[in-house]
Amino acid sequence: MSMPPEIKRYTVRLLSVMTLYGVTLVGVNLWFRYAPPTGALAYIAAVLPAVPIALVFVVIGKLLVEMRDEYIRAQMVHDLLIVTGATLSITTAWGFLEGFGLVGPTAHYYVATLWFALQGVAACVRGILRSRERSVG
Amino acid sequence: MDNHLRALRAARGWSQQHLAERLEVSRQSVNAIETGRYDPSLPLAFRIAELFELAIEDVFVSPSRG
Repeated sequence: MSMPPEIKRYTVRLLSVMTLYGVTLVGVNLWFRYAPPTGALAYIAAVLPAVPIALVFVVIGKLLVEMRDEYIRAQMVHDLLIVTGATLSITTAWGFLEGFGLVGPTAHYYVATLWFALQGVAACVRGILRSRERSVG
Repeated sequence: MDNHLRALRAARGWSQQHLAERLEVSRQSVNAIETGRYDPSLPLAFRIAELFELAIEDVFVSPSRG
């Protein structure tokens, strides 16, 4: 079965923003290493790598809007809610561990990393369920 | 929601994939509707009924009457 056009668009958009992320991250790191910006410019430069990450959520949102298959969309919303809930629960628990001095401080951008990792787990689980469903017929 | 989709499809000798292509949905959607794991939206339910040239209640069983 061919890939639906909205999935093709999603893939292209995702690859584009991830490329932008890589370029921005490397660029900003080099900037701070060799010619550190100062003042307001430093703040703007420091948050630049967060922009493509925010765009990933926009890309996912656009996919939800454009997806024509309502069942697959419902599954995706279901997975997004579980992953978001799990991410918030884990990071809240981690926050308490930090608060009681049981673990060291962690950079907050790992929240997005955890969310993406859990999305990967959800996609694997969904893939296994679909292949089981296929074998049952 | 109970429905007669599997029987209607079988009567026409259509595979799930064929029905999915006629409805412009995924095969998983057809499977989920047939097995009652997913209740289609009203527009999709109408599309299904119209494809089989039946009334919507001839395809889907009303939960209050089923």
